Amino acid sequence: MNTVILLTLTGLGLAALYFLVASGLSLVFGLADVLNFAHGLFLGVGAYATWWAAGNLPGAGPDGFGFVLAVAFGVLAGTVVAVLVELVLIRPLYSRTIEQVLVTVGLSLAGVALLQATWGADARPFDRPAWTREVTSILGAKVSNALLLLIIAAVLVLGGLLAFLRFTRYGLVIRAGVENREMVTALGIDVRKAFTLVFAIGGAAAALAGALGGVYFGTVSPGQGGSLLIFAFIVVVIGGMGSVVGSAYAAVVVGLLQQFVNYYGTTGLGDLCVVGLLAVVLLLRPQGLAGKVATA
Amino acid sequence: MTEVKSPEVPAPPAAVPDELTPGHARWHGLRPYLPLLALVVAVILPYSTVNLPGVFEGPLNSPGTLQLLAICLVFGGLAAGYDLLFGRTGMLSFGHALFFAVGVYGTAILVTKVGLPLWQAALFTVVGGTILAALLGAVALRTVGIAFAMVTLAFAQVGAILVARNFGGLTGGEEGLTLDVSGLPSALVGVANTVNLYWLALAYLALVVFVVHRVSMSPTGRVLAGLRDDERRIGVLGLDPYRFKLVAFTLAGGLASAGGVVYSLLVGASPHVTSSELTLSLLVMVVLGGPGTRWGPVLGGILYMYLDHRLTAFGSSDAVNSLPAFLSHPLSQPLFVLGTVFILAVYFFPGGLASLRTRLHPLLTTLSRRP
Amino acid sequence: MSVEPILSVENLSVRIAGLHILQGVSFDVAPTGVTVLLGRNGVGKTTTLRAIVGLTPRNGEVRGTIRMGAQSLLARPTHRLVRGGLGYVPEDRCVFAGLTVAENLRLAERRGTTPAYDKVFALFPELDRRGRQRAGSLSGGQQQMLAIGRVLLNDNRLLLVDEPTKGLAPKVVTEVAEVLERVAESVPVLLVEQNLAVVRRLAKDAVVLSAGRVAWTGNAQDLLLETALTKSLLGVGSGEVPASARSESGLRAPQSRAKDGAA
Repeated sequence: MNTVILLTLTGLGLAALYFLVASGLSLVFGLADVLNFAHGLFLGVGAYATWWAAGNLPGAGPDGFGFVLAVAFGVLAGTVVAVLVELVLIRPLYSRTIEQVLVTVGLSLAGVALLQATWGADARPFDRPAWTREVTSILGAKVSNALLLLIIAAVLVLGGLLAFLRFTRYGLVIRAGVENREMVTALGIDVRKAFTLVFAIGGAAAALAGALGGVYFGTVSPGQGGSLLIFAFIVVVIGGMGSVVGSAYAAVVVGLLQQFVNYYGTTGLGDLCVVGLLAVVLLLRPQGLAGKVATA
Repeated sequence: MTEVKSPEVPAPPAAVPDELTPGHARWHGLRPYLPLLALVVAVILPYSTVNLPGVFEGPLNSPGTLQLLAICLVFGGLAAGYDLLFGRTGMLSFGHALFFAVGVYGTAILVTKVGLPLWQAALFTVVGGTILAALLGAVALRTVGIAFAMVTLAFAQVGAILVARNFGGLTGGEEGLTLDVSGLPSALVGVANTVNLYWLALAYLALVVFVVHRVSMSPTGRVLAGLRDDERRIGVLGLDPYRFKLVAFTLAGGLASAGGVVYSLLVGASPHVTSSELTLSLLVMVVLGGPGTRWGPVLGGILYMYLDHRLTAFGSSDAVNSLPAFLSHPLSQPLFVLGTVFILAVYFFPGGLASLRTRLHPLLTTLSRRP
Repeated sequence: MSVEPILSVENLSVRIAGLHILQGVSFDVAPTGVTVLLGRNGVGKTTTLRAIVGLTPRNGEVRGTIRMGAQSLLARPTHRLVRGGLGYVPEDRCVFAGLTVAENLRLAERRGTTPAYDKVFALFPELDRRGRQRAGSLSGGQQQMLAIGRVLLNDNRLLLVDEPTKGLAPKVVTEVAEVLERVAESVPVLLVEQNLAVVRRLAKDAVVLSAGRVAWTGNAQDLLLETALTKSLLGVGSGEVPASARSESGLRAPQSRAKDGAA
């Protein structure tokens, strides 16, 4: 029983990471049709900026309020990079989908190489608050606090995103734009402002995933974002592109499936099951669990 | 995608009526034979002992140089095969490395673990890779555009996981597999025989270029080009886009696994060939070279692999090391340099290397018109 | 025409994916009443409207001039054109199916202006009652009302309306026509319409397109009287519009184009 609870919670922790990366990807794709390979880079930037801030930024540190400040700095860095990427690299190629993908591909290659050039290819130990290394007993299972932090953060982000989409003017524009971007402009709305906004949201969420992932894994490395990104893509497709709720469901399904099968089967089998699930979903429901049709 | 008018394609025989201008006619008459000439030069290259300092580390016929050249040629072929999907049909597949990896690991496993003779291993591998491409293509092609890209990426990830997890000790995991040379023909074994591998790689490249050229000139190729430009129009003609795309996907997958066989002989199997980075690199090669052109992807592939290998040496050279750290560190990362060049190319040279000639053409004509 | 037109299109050419869809189209839209754009399927009516509002697809190329008053419309982004007073009701309604009716309307609100909800709800009381319903679950007619209503929340100098009666039941066609008639009292309308009964009821001027060119311009009612002309240009005789069309018993959409062509 303990094992099941532990596996469920670690699965949810993984789901939290996937969700933080996938929600932004999904919005960016749903609204702006950009398949963003550079999204993993935002995660890397967030992780390294948090790590750097904890050691170097005045006032920030590995513990207490200092750590909050370090994470805030990391998230801010990820957001700024995402906004710059959108404004400088993506916007001039507006509605040229393939070229935009190519640019993000180049960016992901060059960006990861740049992180590697600056901080080395090897993983760096991540200074984190002492309490995140302790465990909490939940129904008899000993669960790492870092994991709980990750899950709580993802739930808060989910709630915040849904509230934003539901209750604000920009949220309304984004929801409408995911459905029919052209018609949004035909109502007199400059939809490109919303593009920048979804990039910023996606960058912030991915950077938060980087920072909290660093806390959870205890290390940062340049390639971290890339390996998460592929599963995040799968989550986006299964969940339906452009749907935040769909991403959340799909992230939970994928995270739990991966953990349980990897534990009860052999390591790696869970990852294969996830891809199998993707194939099944595509064959049965090409539009994903929710959201717009996954074509175009 | 950029449609490149046929300056790269040799003029058909009908296009030689400008015999009236002698200088021009000689040039035009020669052009169809240029690829052949390049092939002959490439074939006899290993007999040259010319030393190109800075370009290669040893003389042209040294095993090190020949191996690098052979790797470049394999990737030239691989990029040309990938262009059948991307440049000629407009399919953005991120899973092409999978079929290459099937070729690499299939050969290595069948030769080393199963003990098959090379020709059988190669045959099984290529047939297996082609069938796999047909099966995966049948599923993935139910989606189009960006969703297709994501699905192929996920499939390729399966390959990466299988190789990394080392099920049954078949793949050697992180370590990779070195070919058991005892089962190989002696002509392909040993440093002294690198030249034979070079010729094999050259033959592979020639095969891919020939096949891709034949396909794109055939009626099927015209349908593929139509799919790239506007899929709906092909549907309106009563042709089933799905079947044509599946044919292209399968063919390209088969060609990639054949390339994997050659690569396996050259380098052995390492998990690097399953990485999504490799597929991304293929995309970079094709776009840098010029998608949808005959020679662009080949040049792109050769140049990319050359730079990828040589930039590492360049990065650790004195010239770079003497620069301040904020410059020298990024410059020592080949992927940083290539990624940046790629982004610039997307903006400023959408047609890739192959379009340079077209761009320079007006200049050249003015110069040659001078009396 | 002696009056200054609200919109003038001159020598408009549109190429999309290599196809020359419009080949030098010129016409004016009068500052009052309904100007109807007619023609068989595929002659470029929708392409014309989309070119005016700046929604030509990326692989398309637009040449010529389009002016609203003294202002040139070409090469300006769609959202600016719309804010400048160009209302666009697209073909197939294009309401946001996943949003509620109220949200669909709210999307059209603009900063600095008061949305004319009372005017819209007076025209379409249904939209007020169904505010919380998802737009996707509305009937075709209600969706059309919503598509028109959200454009009317703001002041417009000209409305572009693309096939508002397409696929609607005869009774609803009448309702839509009535609404457009009332709207046209205050704003000029450029209307694309296949239903000749609706045209007869609403249109003052007519522009007929044929194979990417203007084939005929003039008074719409005159056009409808010339049976041979309408038949050759539109593939349907005005005589086929039932006499009952003008009565309130219902308007009928011209049936089966292929059959008419063969007749």
